[in-house]
Amino acid sequence: MAHDPVISMLGTTALLLEAHGDTTLATQQKIWSLSAQVCSWPEVLEAVPGMNNLMVCFRKPPLDPQPLITRLCDAWRIVQPMAVEGRTIELPVVYGGEAGPHMADVMAHTGLDAQQIAEIHSAPLYPVYALGSHPGYCYLGGMDHRIATPRRKTPVLKIPGGAVSIGGFQTGVSASDGPSGWNTIGSTSMSFFDVTKQPPTLLQPGDSIRFRIERVVG
Amino acid sequence: MIEVLSSTALATVQDLGRFGALGWGVSHSGAMDRLALAAGNILLGNDDNSAAVEIPIFPFRVRFHHACNIVLTGADHLARLDDQPLQPWLVAPVQAGQVLTVERGGSSRWQASRVYLCVAGGIDVPLALGSRSTQLRGQFGGYQGRTLQQGDRLPVGVASDVHCPAGMGVVPPALSMPLMVEGTQAIRVLWAAEYEAFTDHSCAEFWAKNWKITSQSDRYGYRLAGPMIESKVPLELRSHGIVPGVIQVPHGGQPIIQMRDAQPSGGYPKIGTVIDADLWRLGQVQIGSSVRFVEVSWPEAVKALQDVTDWLEEVRRMVALGRTAQKGAGHDQ
Repeated sequence: MAHDPVISMLGTTALLLEAHGDTTLATQQKIWSLSAQVCSWPEVLEAVPGMNNLMVCFRKPPLDPQPLITRLCDAWRIVQPMAVEGRTIELPVVYGGEAGPHMADVMAHTGLDAQQIAEIHSAPLYPVYALGSHPGYCYLGGMDHRIATPRRKTPVLKIPGGAVSIGGFQTGVSASDGPSGWNTIGSTSMSFFDVTKQPPTLLQPGDSIRFRIERVVG
Repeated sequence: MIEVLSSTALATVQDLGRFGALGWGVSHSGAMDRLALAAGNILLGNDDNSAAVEIPIFPFRVRFHHACNIVLTGADHLARLDDQPLQPWLVAPVQAGQVLTVERGGSSRWQASRVYLCVAGGIDVPLALGSRSTQLRGQFGGYQGRTLQQGDRLPVGVASDVHCPAGMGVVPPALSMPLMVEGTQAIRVLWAAEYEAFTDHSCAEFWAKNWKITSQSDRYGYRLAGPMIESKVPLELRSHGIVPGVIQVPHGGQPIIQMRDAQPSGGYPKIGTVIDADLWRLGQVQIGSSVRFVEVSWPEAVKALQDVTDWLEEVRRMVALGRTAQKGAGHDQ
């Protein structure tokens, strides 16, 4: 029996639908499918997949949001997963040292050493579940929970593009310099965004990233 | 064409924002005070969404290389054209070669931070993903994807042929729609998803106490200082879409309000969201000053947004009336 998703409001601008259960590729494929569907609804300005959730932005806030919420929940109940035949890119990563200023925090939290963290982190093939945060940034699924580390108490004002980081049970690669609340454990280099291209992002939901250990420092 | 003379940092080209690109990780951007921008555009006969220069740091100086009409909206600061004082919120003609200077100070009518230099025809930088707003993080949009620098030459679009009489103006919305609580700027807020995950004491403090806008505040977000806000248990959320106005509380207990350049997704717990109708007020709050949060219901938030729309429609109506009156007077002569 499927649980109803949790719905909450983001001011009068949007609502957030959060699916029940773990973040899995199967659920994520339903999120992509629902996103594509609701984008065609006249009252929807845009829909944005997150990790196990979907943000739906209104063209104009409804006087009563309940009918839209009901329709979303009904659509979620019967939505079919959207399977995507994506491509895979490989990213060489330098783990630890100057490239990974928060490696020590991840080591302290997990009780693992840098080599173990690098090996565990680079083992899976990570599907892109969603884009967000900043232009071209990919949220990846499938990180090993042994290296999960809470987000930082206060966000760091600037981490560089190419930073490979862990936030809670998630991992990702920064596409450009900027603030972040995640723990940076390494670094790679790749251009993830080009505004002159269509689409402007290197990767789409359904593509995959493989991290390769270039070296582990300290 | 407008030439930037000051080396003042942080001025940017902004329109009302970039929509439909969140799914690529591209945030909305756009004017921090969208009401000031839209009103300026209406006064000049521009599209509401024409781009202007958002000026947060003063003094700011530009030279005009062609004759045009301009209006300064947003914060009231001391402005002059060459040596002549220039009133904010009033359309003024500018001659080629004239220099506009905007300095801090001036009116005591209200305290605000950002001035919009609106020009008939709008700042005509190329559209990027459907908008002229500067995307600082992505380094695109606006003028070469960055803040303005000395020597930059901003292209100006063709002004509409709508008659736009100099001297026409409007009363700033902060004066016609003030919102204060015990002398402090009030900002209306709806509960967000994790509101009830914070302790009752923290929720009470959130509404009751003043929140200082710290110096670590900019177009991305406002970091606040005030009482500690604590959740009942530590929360680690999955990343999800967020919008300007969302008030996140990182584990450190000091809230951060997402502003126009904020990233389009995040994972810190959310205690509330500043309603869309009050984002322009927040965009004008000065660093170092304080705000007080006021709890509202969904119907109140929707009504507040309608009030903003009504205010803009009233400006549009007044401007149309003003044009007709001037045209009529001209015909009689």
